[in-house]
This record gives sequence, structure tokens and C-alpha cells, in this order.
Amino acid sequence: MNYDVLIIGAGMSGLAAGIRLAYYDKKVCILEKHHRVGGLNSFYSRDGHKFDVGLHAMTNYVPQGTKSTPLPKLLRQLKLKAEDFALCQQRISAIKFAEKTIRFNNDLDFFIQEVADNFPAQADNFRKLLITISEYDALALDAEPIPAREVIGSIISDPLLIDMLLCPLMYYGNAKENDMEFGQFVIMFSSIFCEGFARPQSGVRQILDVLVKKYRDNGGELRLKCGVKSIQVDNGRAMSILLDNGEMLTADKIISSAGYVETMRLLSDHDPARVNHDVGQLSFVEFIMILDKEPSKMGYDTTITFFNNSDRFHYRKPDDLVDISSGVICCPNNFHFESPLPEAMLRVTNMANFDHWNKLGQEEYKAQKAAWLETSLKEVVKFVPDFRESIVYTDIFTPKTIHRFTGHLNGAVYGTPNKIKTGSTHLDNLFICGTDQGFLGIIGAMLSGISMANLHVLQKG
Amino acid sequence: MKAEEIRTMIIEVIHEIVPDEDLSNLKGDIRIRDQIEMDSMDFLDVVMELRKRYSIVVPEDDYMELSTLDSSVAYLEPRMKDI
Repeated sequence: MNYDVLIIGAGMSGLAAGIRLAYYDKKVCILEKHHRVGGLNSFYSRDGHKFDVGLHAMTNYVPQGTKSTPLPKLLRQLKLKAEDFALCQQRISAIKFAEKTIRFNNDLDFFIQEVADNFPAQADNFRKLLITISEYDALALDAEPIPAREVIGSIISDPLLIDMLLCPLMYYGNAKENDMEFGQFVIMFSSIFCEGFARPQSGVRQILDVLVKKYRDNGGELRLKCGVKSIQVDNGRAMSILLDNGEMLTADKIISSAGYVETMRLLSDHDPARVNHDVGQLSFVEFIMILDKEPSKMGYDTTITFFNNSDRFHYRKPDDLVDISSGVICCPNNFHFESPLPEAMLRVTNMANFDHWNKLGQEEYKAQKAAWLETSLKEVVKFVPDFRESIVYTDIFTPKTIHRFTGHLNGAVYGTPNKIKTGSTHLDNLFICGTDQGFLGIIGAMLSGISMANLHVLQKG
Repeated sequence: MKAEEIRTMIIEVIHEIVPDEDLSNLKGDIRIRDQIEMDSMDFLDVVMELRKRYSIVVPEDDYMELSTLDSSVAYLEPRMKDI
């Protein structure tokens, strides 16, 4: 069986690429090793409770009719309507550091006012930063990487404000430790502060259902439980894909969302010495708690709180199993839904160390999960009402879980710090999309799949 | 297809790709992208749509030929005379 294009991975980027290619009559098949689509953004049920992984909120929310921002562009490219995602806006979110709180919603003017109220001496500088951001072409595939802290530091002189701005943007889409690439900063800043958060009533399931249906309606083929064992290479070309079940598939082109180094390791002529590429280090734990009442009943209306309780904000692989000094608290109930969600829930995300978690034996792994839940929540309740008495069920995922379900080395959620913007590899018919190509976040992932399908397949005739 | 039919067809294709844009006053001799909100991704879809509907292949080097309505008609007319 020969395909025009084989896509490795049915995450957001692979599905988006597949929709484009199938719509324009390419014979395309997506290979997904799990029994479920989604990759980093997926869902599961446990003991009758439904959970999302990955998605806290969709970024890039804009009202219908807005032009030229990523979300409407993406909908147009995928031939979807805004109603298909049924997005409900956030209530309000907050960046809480020990001494200051900046709130934001989906109205940029409100955020500008919050910054001005909290940092009056920086108000003019912040306006200058906004201009720099609006003038920067973050989507250029050939831009030279520049460090964000350097650019922001030349405009804003208060390190606390710089840390507070970086905190949400790093947590939601930065593969680098301590600093961020400026183009990536611009993308994340626009997607979160200038545009905003929203969520479908039924969470990530809604998004994935829409994408899978569109892909199938366009004639695309999706194979689940279909892991790739290797990619056969001959004469500088990827010739075929050998599946775990022994079957062999051929294609003119292959687009892989498995990660750059992860994809190189699949090549039949893989030479570790040639692939000298940084592997991501940043991974997370998430504590997902079902509560006996909605957080709003405890006076907590915030959708997402980004907090930090140490002198400076450190975004890096922690020395310990978990770094509890900063994190993200997401309340899926606190969006403007038409009807309440079936269950009350809070999700807490902290940075975590893959190596440490991966070393633990089974019993110790379980014990450490329980211990860190307690330690983390002690810190968390300094920033939100104490909800611990209300917890009726908890599930926890660690860097090890992320590695198991996504195949990302080190459980690195945002992949390698050195993105391959063009998606090209040393093989002329093998391309990278998704996390390691460089547009991060859910919208970014879909745009990555779209742009790689456009650039390497559709534009080539 | 005759020149006027081709012009109508192109406008219809553009409308399908950017349904929110007002195409009623589109001038023939000015770059389409200077008159309406359309980026390179949308432009690629015009090319792809021609291929999907009429099996006309526009190579990357010829994309410039489709920048205005007039130039598009001139470029497509000989290629669509039997359609």
C-alpha cells in the first residue's frame, strides 16, 4: 500500500496536517500508537471520573469576526466553524507572586491597567513592550533566535514584573530552561494576554472529536494502536515505515510529530553521533482533584492562577522530585459555561524532574506521589482558599506518565529547546511537525501541522 | 471556460476561502491581497482549490501570476479553455 503522506502521531499537529492533506485529495494515513488520539492533549476516565490531560484552556480566544489572529486562521485552514469548538470564555485569571497580584481576562486593556496599577513606574515601558511585540513577526520560519529576557530587560527595568510576565508564558509553552526564545515569547504573550483563555464545555474531547470527524469526512485514514517500529532509509530518502505489528507501509512523504530526536531514533540507519541535538528537560507533575463542591462556593472564581513564592521565578528542571515554589492552579469549572460541569475540580501543576521519578520502584513511586501531593497543596493553599477538606478523589500524573503516553524523551512536555522551524530533516522526504517544529500550545500545535503540510506537501504540487 | 466565467469562478473560490470578506468591489488590476484580508495560507488554498475542482496545477513559480484578478484570468484562460 503506497500513501502520498504518512503522518506519525494523532496529536493536535498530526490531525491538523492530516485534515489539510486529506481535504486536498492526498492519500494520507495517520499512525497512532495509542488506542486514543490526542497525544499530549488527551483524556481518560478513572473510577467513573472524566479527566483531561494537557489542556487547561485553549489560548488565542478572540470574539467571532476577529481577523488575522491564529484561531480564525486555523479554523479557515481546517474548514471549521467557530461554533465547532464551542468555546466558553474564562472568568478571570491571575499571576500571584508573594508580594503582588496581576489579574487578566480576555480584554487586553484590563491587563494593561492591572500592570499600571501594580507597577506605576513601569507603565510606559510596558506600553513600549506591547509595541515591540506587535511589530515582531513571530511566525517567520527563518528568524534568528534571540533571548526574551535580554529584549524585555532592555525595555522593562523591574525584574519582578519581568518574572511575572514570563511565568504564565513559560508554563504554557516554553521548552527552554530559565529563558525563552523571543519569538516564542511573542507568540505566547499574544495568545494569552492579547487574546485569551476559553474552553469547550466538554474539554479537550470536543476539540479532538471535531478534528477526527473532519479528518475522516475528508477521506483520511486513521490507525490507532499502530506503533512505528522503524523508518527504513535508503539513499537519503525515507522509503517505508515498519509497524510494530510487522506490517510495512510506503509513502512519498512522511511527517512525524514524534519529536525530532525521537524520530531520528526510528531511522534504520540511526547514528547517535550524527544526531547531536538538545533533548528537552522540562516536565511536570499534575495533581487532579475532584471536589465535593465547586470552588466558586468557597469564594474562588479564578480560572487559572499562576503562582510563585520564591525570590525569583525559576523555570527549570528541579533538583528535587518536584519544585513546589511555583505552579499553575487551574479550575475547569470557572469558565462561562452554559450549564455547570458534572464535577467540581482543581488541577495543580508543578515542575518536576523526570530522572528522579523514573528511578523509583513501584511502591516508592506511589508513596512519593502521595507525599508530594500533600507538600504541594500546603504551598498552593497560600494562594487559593483551603479546599483540602473538599477533596473526594485525586489522580496524579508525573513526568514518567508523560513519557509513557507521548514518547517524549524525559517526559519533556514542550520538547527540545532547539526548534526546527522549517520542519526539514537531512532526509528530503521526512519532515517534523508539532512540538519540536516550534509552534507550541494547542493552537500552535495545530498551526504547526497546517504549516508543515502546506510547506512540504501542498505547495510542492 | 471563458474569461468572464473564470473571473466569476475565482471570486467564488475566494469567497469560499474567506467567507467574511466583501468581494463586491474587487478591482481587477490591484493585488487581491491589498484589497481584502488574505494571507499566504489563504492564497495557497486558492491554488489548491483550482487543483481540486479543475485539476489545474499551478507550480510555485507561477503563484505571482495569480496576484490580481486580471492576471489570474489571463493566466488561467488558456489553461481552462476546454473545461
